[in-house]
Amino acid sequence: MTSRMLKSWLSPLIAFVGMLVIGVVLDQFFNQYVQLIILFACTNIILALSLNLVNGFTGQFSIGHAVFMAIGAYVSAYLSLRPEIFGVKFTMFPEAIDYLNYLVYAVCGGLVAAAAGWVVGLPSLRLRGDYLAIVTLGFSEIIRVILLNTQAVGGARGLFGIPRPDALALGPLTLSPFLVMYVLASFWVVLTFLVLWRLIHSVHGRAFLSVREDEIAAQAMGINTTQVKVRAFVISSFFAGVAGSIFAHSANYLNPSTFGFTKSVDVIIMIVLGGMGSLSGSVVAALFITFLPEFVLRPLQEYTHIDFRMVIYSITLVLFMVLRPKGLFGSREISDIARSLRGERSADERAS
Amino acid sequence: MNALLEARNVTMQFGGLKAVDDFNLQLQAGELVGLIGPNGAGKTTVFNILTGVYKPTSGSVHLGGACLNPLRPHEISRLGISRTFQNIRLFRELNVLDNVLIASSQHAQHGMFASMLRLPKHYREEGRLRENARRLLEIFELDTKAKAEAGSLPYGEQRKLEIVRALATEPKVLLLDEPAAGMNHRETEDLMNTIARIRRDFKLTVLLIEHDMKLVMGICERILVLDHGVTISQGTPQFIRRDPKVIAAYLGTDFNSADGGLNHA
Repeated sequence: MTSRMLKSWLSPLIAFVGMLVIGVVLDQFFNQYVQLIILFACTNIILALSLNLVNGFTGQFSIGHAVFMAIGAYVSAYLSLRPEIFGVKFTMFPEAIDYLNYLVYAVCGGLVAAAAGWVVGLPSLRLRGDYLAIVTLGFSEIIRVILLNTQAVGGARGLFGIPRPDALALGPLTLSPFLVMYVLASFWVVLTFLVLWRLIHSVHGRAFLSVREDEIAAQAMGINTTQVKVRAFVISSFFAGVAGSIFAHSANYLNPSTFGFTKSVDVIIMIVLGGMGSLSGSVVAALFITFLPEFVLRPLQEYTHIDFRMVIYSITLVLFMVLRPKGLFGSREISDIARSLRGERSADERAS
Repeated sequence: MNALLEARNVTMQFGGLKAVDDFNLQLQAGELVGLIGPNGAGKTTVFNILTGVYKPTSGSVHLGGACLNPLRPHEISRLGISRTFQNIRLFRELNVLDNVLIASSQHAQHGMFASMLRLPKHYREEGRLRENARRLLEIFELDTKAKAEAGSLPYGEQRKLEIVRALATEPKVLLLDEPAAGMNHRETEDLMNTIARIRRDFKLTVLLIEHDMKLVMGICERILVLDHGVTISQGTPQFIRRDPKVIAAYLGTDFNSADGGLNHA
């Protein structure tokens, strides 16, 4: 039993170390622009994973995911700019391990976002149907307008000078500020994936799936569907808040317009493209959606001097949906696909 | 003796339509009772009221003396009433085993954080539920299909899976809504034998909706006949078979009409 428990930490550890190796390569051989895009990719992965829990696994339809990102971003940024609020000190670690503060900011951002998710989700998820879509859309506009008009967080000018972690000296090694931020981002990416994966492959996750499949049958089987939906929404909001925090400290600048409807739609595109109900699909699609405009379409524009980035982007998406209407992976995971390629039966005992 | 499941003067009104009118039911522990009646008689509505999907316009439902009216469907399920659906409502895109596991999840002893941290408790509980689920699937010879998508099963097996899923909630009372619909004669007979067996083995109280009169006559001790929401007759199968009111409801009283009997049979 205990050995299984230890073994279950092996693959996340490998994933984390793998991401660190990539980080070192990025740190050594790529410029700041690429590095920033990579950090944004991490944010997008977390956003897509967390939204997939609500839209893909639980079968609800939230179209305001960016608002929880915004809440997390502003809370996190505000705490790092004014570390002492209500007499509580949020910069609790000495300068040498300054980076740990960023974990605290992210958790705070996530918790406030989760609280907002609870407030929004509780009334709208009691009902069946499209209410969640309307409410999340409305809520995200409300928050955006509030941010736009609150001078304490910069209003329309945005919030400047958000600190990022300092370089970190580890004996003879010195980690660049990028690398420190990247390690934090990787930590959250792996943690998000891990938490969601483990939830899905457990009794609690099956409850999410049952709500998606048939709410009336789920109730008849003793599942408190309202509670399950709210739970999924709150967990999802928490991680969106964390993604916001990573975004804030990577970009060092926040503006309410970043978190508009377009951002929410971007995340929806990611999960639809990757496959509703596929975590690995979300990761792949988030990378694709982040990299395509930056690393393929922008160079193309510079080369041809014609700006048809958005045309190609849209055509790509349309083609994708025509060719793979259920998304890249459908509701399968990359491990299922690998297994079926090897011709083994797809069993999920291993996963639990 | 006090009834295990009791409906007292239950009326269900949808606008101008009285789907169920002054319905009374007393199920003693261990009984197997049939609920029959022509199409649209209100049989499924009765099930929906008993399981909390509909709140009755008037009257009340009691389980072991406790009133179920204010409870929501999942709470009623947790108290021990489980059901199958006439128009199969499986979790179609999930596999057979997961369908059963979802139903047994109310008996899981571990919280969300135990699962996130993969504590030993998580493995122990998941293993126990899996074991239970497999045992139930074996009874209905579905264990070999545990990994098949529920929606891809043949119709008859989907109906069986519905029963397995209902059993996985470990109910006291099992409500079966036309479990044999669409099955051929032999399959139906097999199914009825299995129902009789699980009722013994799991000490269940069963309320069975069935269209096929012959079949209900075979295994039920007592039968209620509904027509247009009204209980027109109840008693032993022998009594029901001869009751002119039942014959009239099923075959129609107007014998001049050529297809009078075909409409309802």
